[in-house]
Amino acid sequence: MEATITLHVDGYRRELTVDTRTTLLDALRDRLGEYSPKKGCDHGQCGACTVLADGRRILSCLALAVAQDGAHVTTAAGLAQGGGGPHRVTRAFLEHDAYQCGYCTPGQICSAVGALSELEAGMPSHATDHPDAPVRTTDAEIRERMSGNLCRCGAYPAIVAAVREAAQ
Amino acid sequence: MSTTSPAGAVGRPLPRTEGEAKVAGHAPYAYEQPVRDPVYLHPVLSTVARGRVVAVETAEAQERPGVRVVLTHENAERLARTGDREFAVLQEPVIAFRGQIVAAVVAETPEEARYAASLVRVQERAEEHDVVLTQGHPRLYRPGEEAAPGADSEQGEPDAELERAEVVLDRTYRTPMEHNNPMEPHTSIALWEDSGQGHLTLYDSTQGPHTVRETLSGVFGLDPGQVRVVSPHVGGGFGSKGSPHAHNVLAVVAARALPGHGVKFALTRQQTFSLVGHRSPTIQRLRLGADRDGRLRAVVHDSEEHTSTVKEFAEQSAVCSRTMYAAPHRRSTHRLTALDVPIPFWMRAPGECPGMYASESAMDELAHELDMDPIELRERNEPERDPQSGRPWSDRSLLRCLREGAERFGWHGRDRRPRARREGDWWVGTGVAAAFYPHVVIPGSQARIEYASGCYTLRIGAADIGTGARTVLGQIAADALEVPVERVRVEIGDSSLPQASVAGGSSGTSSWGSAVVAAARAFTEEHGAAPGEGARAAATTPEETVAEDHAVYSFGAHFAEAWVNDDTGEVRVPRMYGLFSVGRVINPRTVRSQLIGGMVMGLSMALHEHSVVDERRGLVVNQDLAQYHVAANADVAGVQAEWLEQSDTRATPMGSRGAGEIGIVGTAAAVANAAHHATGVRVRELPLTPDRFLVETGP
Ligand code: FES
Ligand code: FES
Repeated sequence: MEATITLHVDGYRRELTVDTRTTLLDALRDRLGEYSPKKGCDHGQCGACTVLADGRRILSCLALAVAQDGAHVTTAAGLAQGGGGPHRVTRAFLEHDAYQCGYCTPGQICSAVGALSELEAGMPSHATDHPDAPVRTTDAEIRERMSGNLCRCGAYPAIVAAVREAAQ
Repeated sequence: MSTTSPAGAVGRPLPRTEGEAKVAGHAPYAYEQPVRDPVYLHPVLSTVARGRVVAVETAEAQERPGVRVVLTHENAERLARTGDREFAVLQEPVIAFRGQIVAAVVAETPEEARYAASLVRVQERAEEHDVVLTQGHPRLYRPGEEAAPGADSEQGEPDAELERAEVVLDRTYRTPMEHNNPMEPHTSIALWEDSGQGHLTLYDSTQGPHTVRETLSGVFGLDPGQVRVVSPHVGGGFGSKGSPHAHNVLAVVAARALPGHGVKFALTRQQTFSLVGHRSPTIQRLRLGADRDGRLRAVVHDSEEHTSTVKEFAEQSAVCSRTMYAAPHRRSTHRLTALDVPIPFWMRAPGECPGMYASESAMDELAHELDMDPIELRERNEPERDPQSGRPWSDRSLLRCLREGAERFGWHGRDRRPRARREGDWWVGTGVAAAFYPHVVIPGSQARIEYASGCYTLRIGAADIGTGARTVLGQIAADALEVPVERVRVEIGDSSLPQASVAGGSSGTSSWGSAVVAAARAFTEEHGAAPGEGARAAATTPEETVAEDHAVYSFGAHFAEAWVNDDTGEVRVPRMYGLFSVGRVINPRTVRSQLIGGMVMGLSMALHEHSVVDERRGLVVNQDLAQYHVAANADVAGVQAEWLEQSDTRATPMGSRGAGEIGIVGTAAAVANAAHHATGVRVRELPLTPDRFLVETGP
């Protein structure tokens, strides 16, 4: 079965017809040729496919494309070419060499942007002392919130440094 | 060469050439290359560990809309060369392991390919299988020269000496089966064009485009000139992409059945657990005989591992004991047993990594036994020459790494007694382990330099799997040409470029860089400092790159602090510090990332990694990233890597040695030693899961 949907990808309106079994990740990659989000597991276990959908970070391999009809999707490509230059998180990743092979990186960057807005909104995490306590941007908070994004190259210390810097 | 000039590019922490493309996600990995008329391949894998394919029913799959071809052993093309059985894909109805390719569907969309693959009915006849490596397995044998050159080695009379020694330590350590799990699963796009002799283009996620070209042209009986392998960006490999595997052959078989279509084949994460290699489990017995004052008299290291029935591969775990410490009497052996398991292959520091876990754990146990500081024990056993070859060391800086590392980590004043420090619910301890890695230069790489419009273009078919090769080779070329690095362009990742060896064995920068230096020298000799438009020169990695008369190794020291929870047994490692001797560091930024990355993978090995085999069904049951744990961000806290400022021109003309693997060598031992120091519990089997610490400890 097929369905026609609209996605706004990095500011561009894209209309496409997809098999209803198609995930948002495959729609972006295989249908639209938007290869910035990566496929590391296709099962919501690695974070490589993380994008921002209407401002929130989601795993695009766990989202069906048809369910995202009308969504505004931002990928790391969109973050890298914002009007005012690359996003501060993107810049911080470059500065800290927070990647090696780069395959987890677009997902890490989208996830970091999402995590920083969650922090700003005061959403607690497992690393927060108490659900009612004010949330502070500590390394422990960053590590916890970035733990859905695996990096086999082991760039975590640099990723934390980059996110910490971008948070300031 | 001018690499020592302070104005040079070598030694500067330049950002990665492809950095901006990578953070945007624009750097194209294999699957992301544009191709005409793409079609999608999905394989069908065996579900028994040993047996035969009795029948394959494909009708239902074939009838699905968009299905272009269903491949089985009955209709797949006969391959030209199948001496290497790993590549004999769909050639006969024999099943040698669970997860082997037994059929495949190619369809117009990935969803349809996957669904149709589920409709292929493969009737299998199971035969009795054996997938479990046990100690003293009845079918152990000594591996052949090709898999393990010099599988056994012996000096002096180790047995007699063990009898005589004042202190004897006899311990067995186990490491589990592990999987590389690069974040980019193995992917190929194969395009076969029929015109003329035919031509194959393969976009491939590989550590060596030329290796893939050479292997596949042989398998398909093609001239290497008919094959082009392209891989500008690779999402990690850690050894598993160091050779083509069965999936590459399958992609090409499909492409040749569908000329003109780009056949896209991305392995699922699950499929990578049986098709692209793994680290064999090891059972290692270490026997150390020493004097009361800690001088080793005998070292015996025996390692048992598995291999597959398809192809022999030996994890050479005991090799480290031939080099690490002085002892007049020593022996090391490797024994394999061929099980009905997928084919093991390289995983970061194959051999050295599990071997040094065992040997550095044993050294820690011996130090404990002698009530001696573990660094002091290593000081007492420092060999003046390489015990294996008798050659002088090119640069053995192990003791410097240990001593200076101890300073920087804050080792001194450590209370040696285990279970001596407690913070709240946590037992706290520190551990140390040595690291080493042989220096490898693979001959035969070629570099070409061409000058046009003020720019020097360096071409070499090397692979950048996240190492920084593209950046680093530019730095080497710039200094060797004595030009600013901004004027050097680097092209890599394509077999149509000059021949390059595989990115493996920490040999990449050393091998390719030596060719680059030679090419730059040839260029300058021919064209001087003011070359004309179109000036070019090429050169090959010189045979005599590494000083023959010296033993050339990298060394390092790992320090770790472990916290073990008294109630739950959970192990946390808030602090890791590594000090390494890797010769000259060409790019501090990328080398630091590599060393830290190795240490993080070593921590992951220590605490998490374990491919659990179901002995009844013959499969790895935790074959995904939710169940096969690799270290996540919150598992990793303070990890620091530093190095000694050195230069080793006996190793390479750049003065550098490899840095890709040494970070993972010894790391797990440092963590395990720290956990022992914290708790008094000596765990001799990885990973250090909580249950292992929930045992009664003696007084
Ligand atoms: S690809 Fe979506 S989480 Fe791994
Ligand atoms: S940079 Fe390679 S997996 Fe993160």
